[in-house]
Amino acid sequence: MRALKLLRTQAFRIVLVYLVLFAISVATVVAFTYWNTKRALDAQTDQIIEAESTGLSEQYQRQGLQGLTDVIVSRSSRGGPGLYLLTDHMGQVIAGNLDGWPKVKAHDGDLVEFNYVRRNGEQNEQRRARGRSFALAGGFDLLVARDVHERYETEHLFSRTLPWSIGLMVLLGLVGGALVSRNILARLDTINRTSRDIVAGNLSRRVPVTKAGDEFDELAKNLNRMLDRIERLMKGMREVTDSVAHDLRSPLNRLRNRLEGALNRADRESEQSHSIELAVEETDAIIATFNALLLIAEAEAGVAREAMTLTDLGAVVEGVVELYSPVAEEKSLVLSLDAKTGILLQGNQNLLSQALANLIDNAIKYTPVGGTVRVSLEETADNVELSVSDTGAGIPAEARARVIDRFVRLEPSRNTPGTGLGLSLVAAVARLHDASFELSDNGPGLKAVIRFPRGRARMPSVK
Amino acid sequence: MRILVVEDDLEAQRYLVNGLKEAGHVVDDAGDGEIGLTLALSRPYDCAIIDRMLPKMDGLSLVSEMREQGNGTPVLFLSALSEVDDRVKGLKAGGDDYLPKPYAFVELLARLDALMRRRQPSAVKTRLEVGDLELDLLTRTAKRNSTDIDLQPREFRLLEYLMRHAGQVVTRTMLLESVWEYHFDPQTNVIDVHISRLRAKIDRGFDLPLLHTVRGAGYMIRARA
Repeated sequence: MRALKLLRTQAFRIVLVYLVLFAISVATVVAFTYWNTKRALDAQTDQIIEAESTGLSEQYQRQGLQGLTDVIVSRSSRGGPGLYLLTDHMGQVIAGNLDGWPKVKAHDGDLVEFNYVRRNGEQNEQRRARGRSFALAGGFDLLVARDVHERYETEHLFSRTLPWSIGLMVLLGLVGGALVSRNILARLDTINRTSRDIVAGNLSRRVPVTKAGDEFDELAKNLNRMLDRIERLMKGMREVTDSVAHDLRSPLNRLRNRLEGALNRADRESEQSHSIELAVEETDAIIATFNALLLIAEAEAGVAREAMTLTDLGAVVEGVVELYSPVAEEKSLVLSLDAKTGILLQGNQNLLSQALANLIDNAIKYTPVGGTVRVSLEETADNVELSVSDTGAGIPAEARARVIDRFVRLEPSRNTPGTGLGLSLVAAVARLHDASFELSDNGPGLKAVIRFPRGRARMPSVK
Repeated sequence: MRILVVEDDLEAQRYLVNGLKEAGHVVDDAGDGEIGLTLALSRPYDCAIIDRMLPKMDGLSLVSEMREQGNGTPVLFLSALSEVDDRVKGLKAGGDDYLPKPYAFVELLARLDALMRRRQPSAVKTRLEVGDLELDLLTRTAKRNSTDIDLQPREFRLLEYLMRHAGQVVTRTMLLESVWEYHFDPQTNVIDVHISRLRAKIDRGFDLPLLHTVRGAGYMIRARA
């Protein structure tokens, strides 16, 4: 797992790309040098062969066969790198230090390469030579060659070891790359761990800064400055919601108190008493809207993150469905539940219950008598999905995004009770839990889905 | 009953004190946390109503201090703060109940009644009775006039809560909090629907209804009309 992670790091990928480029460069440079050297050496040999061939031809022309034979015999006996062979038209050897015409191994322009056997004391040694053959007047054939065995050996050795050398280089490069990546990965892991902690609600955490003063420390310092800022903002947000709550709730409280007092003094069943009752209802509606707005603000600011505990999502779903099932029955709706049990996640139970209650409440409200409201909680490969689908009128595709906005209700009359904040609250609660909230067509009806990332949920071990 | 009110908003305090007196209670009041603590520790009260934010000493510290001094007077917190984790903090500090502002006075009275009733020592009951309705807490069965009543587990808990507070007004919010353990506004009157189903089971076919609706307040179970 750890090794796999290492392979996926950017640092390792950079090392890998560099390694491939480097290996290709090295191979190219080495091949070029080798090829050039070989050419220079061959050119030297070829020059000597050329000079000797010319010399021997001239000798033949001036002194005839006997003169040529003498020169060849004399040169052959020196035991140097020079190799000679003179044959007649029948192929019979006349002179030279080769036993007969060799088998050609390779052609290079006019020149040929072949193997020959050299007697070295008691041992016979097969060696490589390079030379040129040509015909002389009178049906004679002459071969002038030089021993190039050292060059041939070097070439051979070279082509055998080169792949191994490159292989070794790549291996060492990979090990080096892994070490470098591991180092970088360790630094980044620290930053990632801290970030996850902070996202989970522990705002006081900071990224550790080392004494190295490198770019990672620079990054850590910048992140920490940003975190200080966020923490200040969150604290400010909390203070603002607290003081807004306090400053508005206290007068609302007094208003409600006065109305209640007036209601107690007024004659029951009188016109006046009825008006006051309506005023109390209006006040309660204002309070409900205000509370819902405040809750959305708090959920969006992540203030409620601190109040999160390990919550059994299945139990939350069962509870809310049970709470609403008599309401559905009253309206002759089928409220069905298909929930997987034992899905735990870090969450705010009260807000999750409230969000689900809003969805079920909406579904019941907008589904005509005899319809079905289906609540399901299921696991997919990446997510835990909580969905509420109904068989009501649904919401046209173009309006779906809009209804999640605050205060939007689709029927213009606004007769249906509610603050128009229900779905906004669901969206805010979803965001608070790193989940997505989506409305889609249930064909017919509406399907609302809250999709929790699986990383947040903790599955119980299978017994 | 003797009740202590600690509230710094003077108009809210006056309203609270008058309302409680009209309801037949004896009331002491304090305008800040320090006076509140002195009163709470020097006189015996049946209940204390304490605002969460007070000058000199805030409500949480006041209650923590009371509990530290061994004072067990039931405390009802009033709070105008945002609610998300304020309730939890209040109950952790030693409060017994929590009521967010603005509140309805009937809600406050009902909760006070419940708090003071809870305090009265009583033998552990295994059987609750209201008129000819009996609830056996051990076998989890209900009978009215010797006829078995078939109740769902939640209906049983609902009836149990109502019968434990027989003769007292119980509000919808109290039921939602105690029977379902939810602290949110369910928008639709879900509680009314649950009550009407329960009523159908215990009152239908009997001359004397036991489960009554108290207009503008909530519900009450009692034998006499």
